[in-house]
Amino acid sequence: MVRATLLGPQRHVTTIGSVASELGWRGPVATITAGWEEREDEDDELVEALGLPAHNLRLFARAESVFAEDPELLAALRERHDRLRALRRLYRQRLRHALDAARELFVSDRRAGNRPITVPVRDHTTDDEIPGVERLEWSDPTILEPAQTDAMRAVTELDRHHLRRVAEVYHAFENNVRPAERRSVRREREAIARELAPCDAVAIAGGHVTVLLNRLRLFGIASLLVRRPVMAWSAGAMALTDHVVLFHDTPPQGKGNPEMFEPGLGLCPDVVALPHASKRLVLDDPVRVSLLARRFAPARCVALDAGSRIDWDGERWHGHSSTMALSRDGEVVPVSTCW
Amino acid sequence: MTPTTTREPSRQPAIEALLADGTPTREQVDAFIAEHTFPLVEGAQVTFMYRGEASAVSLQHWIYGLESSKQFTRIKGTDVWYIVFTMRRESRVEYKFLVEHGDRRELVRDPFNDQLAHDPFGANSVCHTDRYAVPDWSLPDPEARPGVIEERIVASEAFGETRRFQVYLPARYRTTRRYPLLVAHDGSDYLRFSSLKTVLDNLIHRLEIPPMIVALSDPSDRLVEYAHDERHDRHIATEIVPAMTSLYSIVDAPGARGLVGASFGAVAALSTATRYPGVFGRLFLQSGSFAFTDIGTSKRGPLFEPVVDFVNAFRDDPVKPAERVAMCCGIYESLIYENRSMVPVLQSTGAEVRFFEARDSHNWENWRDRMREGLSWLFPGPLWMIYE
Repeated sequence: MVRATLLGPQRHVTTIGSVASELGWRGPVATITAGWEEREDEDDELVEALGLPAHNLRLFARAESVFAEDPELLAALRERHDRLRALRRLYRQRLRHALDAARELFVSDRRAGNRPITVPVRDHTTDDEIPGVERLEWSDPTILEPAQTDAMRAVTELDRHHLRRVAEVYHAFENNVRPAERRSVRREREAIARELAPCDAVAIAGGHVTVLLNRLRLFGIASLLVRRPVMAWSAGAMALTDHVVLFHDTPPQGKGNPEMFEPGLGLCPDVVALPHASKRLVLDDPVRVSLLARRFAPARCVALDAGSRIDWDGERWHGHSSTMALSRDGEVVPVSTCW
Repeated sequence: MTPTTTREPSRQPAIEALLADGTPTREQVDAFIAEHTFPLVEGAQVTFMYRGEASAVSLQHWIYGLESSKQFTRIKGTDVWYIVFTMRRESRVEYKFLVEHGDRRELVRDPFNDQLAHDPFGANSVCHTDRYAVPDWSLPDPEARPGVIEERIVASEAFGETRRFQVYLPARYRTTRRYPLLVAHDGSDYLRFSSLKTVLDNLIHRLEIPPMIVALSDPSDRLVEYAHDERHDRHIATEIVPAMTSLYSIVDAPGARGLVGASFGAVAALSTATRYPGVFGRLFLQSGSFAFTDIGTSKRGPLFEPVVDFVNAFRDDPVKPAERVAMCCGIYESLIYENRSMVPVLQSTGAEVRFFEARDSHNWENWRDRMREGLSWLFPGPLWMIYE
C-alpha cells in the first residue's frame, strides 16, 4: 500500500515544505530529480523548500553509469525506444481521425442547444445530398447520443489498443533483456535500497516524464515506495498513476490531441494527473473538457495547477478545496465533489 | 448545392457620418477627434487623420501592388485631413505621412498614433486591423528564465580580418548537455528589431523549441556579402560553425544545425546551405530577396545582379539545401511572387518545405511574428514530454 500526495508545479507556488510538515515528515527525505536530466543534482532550492534533511538518489547519474558499463543494455533500450516511437506515430495517426469524429458530434450537440440542427444525408461516394432522404436532426437525443457514445468508445478502444501494444514491448524487453538481473543494474538497485533505508519519505520532482519513468522502472523504484509515504509533483505525479497522458491543447504545431502515452507505475489509481492544466488546456472549451473527462473515465482528470493537492491514503482519494477536476459536463469543478 | 460564403456587412466609417450633413463645424471636428483614437479601425475600413497646415498630405506605406501615395482629403474650413483606407482583416501595415508645404515635403510619423515599429532606418507608425495582435510570446515574460548574450571574435581567413559576432546562450546552459545551433544573419538587427532574445527566452520557456544556442552574425558590407558571396558562405560554414562547436556544447549533426536570415539575409542563408550541402539540416528563409528572371533582365538594379544569377542557377539546377526548409513572406511584399515561386523549386529537391504568409510587409516585426511557427517546426521543443 502506498500513501501518496500529488501536488501541482512547485516553481512559483512552493508547497512541499508545508505539506511535508503537515504530513509529519521528519526526514531524511529521499529525493528523485531524474526528470531534470543533467541538472539532476542542482537541487539546492528543492532541499531548502522542503526544509528537511534530504538525500538525492541520483537516478539519472546512476543510469548514465549503467549505460556506460553495459552497452548491450543501452542498445536494447534504444531499440525499445524506437519501437515505442513507431507505435506512437501509428497511434497518433489513428487518434487524429477518431477524435475528430467524436469532437464533431459533441460540437454539434453544443451548437444545437434546444434548437434542432439538421444536416443533409449524403452519399459519401459522390458527396452529394441524397434526394428524398430525410435530414437528420442531431438534437434528437435518441439519434445523437448513441452516436456520441460509440464515437467515444472508438477513441477509448484505440487508447486501450495502444496501451496493450506498449505493454507488449515492455514485456518483451523484460523477458529478453532481464534488466533487473544485469550486474550493473543489480548493484545500483542494492545501493539505492541501502541509501533509502534511513529515509522516512520520498519526494519525486517533475521534469521529462519519459526520462523519469524509465529510471524509476530501471531501478525498480515502485517496490521501494510501498513502505514509505511519497510526495510527487508534475511529471513525478504523472509517473505514479495508472496511465500517463500527454497533453497540450494549443501546441505551435499539430492539433493538440491528448495522448495515452504509456502505463505509469500504477501506485496511485483512478487518476489522470494533468500538471499545468490551466496553461496547457483550454479549460473554458466545454467540448474539449468533456471529451477529456469522458475519455479517461472512470479515472478522474485532475488539474494539478500550482497550489493543487490530492492525497491517496491507500484506499481512497482526498481532494483539497482549491484543486479542480474536469467533469463530463465540460466544466471544471472542485475535485472534492468527485470523491 | 450552391456554395455560400459568409461576408460581414460593410460598415459605414464614422467619418462619413460626420461629413454627411455637409461641412462640419470646427467644434464638431474637434469633438470627433476627441472621441476616437486614430487610425480608427472599423472592420476593414481604416481612417487616418492628420491635423496641421499643409498644402497636401498623403499616406506613404510599403504595400506592394497598391499605389504608394494615397492623398488625404481636407475637411473644408479646417486644418484636418483624412483618408479612409480599406485593409483586409489580420493586416498589419507600417506607414508614414508625407506632408507638403508648397515645394517643401517632409515624411512624418502619425502624430495620433504612438505605435511604432523600428528598423535600421528609424521608425514607422504601425496600423493593424482586428484579428492581428502582437504575439504574447514576443513580449517579456517574467516567468521565462532569461538567456544571455555573449560577445565573441573569430579570425576570418575568408574576409582577411577579425569578425565580431554575438552568441545567445539559453538559460541554464550546461556544458554537460549538447544544444542545437542556429546561425542568424543580421543578428544584431534580429535582436533589436525582432526581439529575438525575448522570443527565444519565451519559446524555450514554453518548451516549444529546445534550449538552443544562436550565433548572431553581422556583415560588414551587407549587400555584397549576402549576395551569394563565396567569402561569406565560407565564413559561416567553415569559420563560425567550427568556432561555435569548439566554444560551446553543440550537437554535431545537420539536423541540429540551422541558418536563418531575412531579405538579403535569406539569400545568404540559402547560398551558404547550397554551397555547403549536408552541413545545415534546417533553414529558415524570411522574405528572401530571391530575385530571378525568366525572360529578359531583372529590373531590380545592379545590387541584385549576383542574386539574380544565383537564383536563376538554383532554379535551373536546384540542390537540396537542407532536410527542412521553413519559408515565410508578407503578402504585401514585392517579393511575394518570388518567394511563392521558390516553394516548388525547393520541394523538387526532396527537402520538406513549409511556407507561410501573413498580411504584412517587408519588416522586422513581420519576421518576429513568424518566428514561433518557423522555429517550432524546424526545432520542435519537448512540449509533450516535460512537466516541471
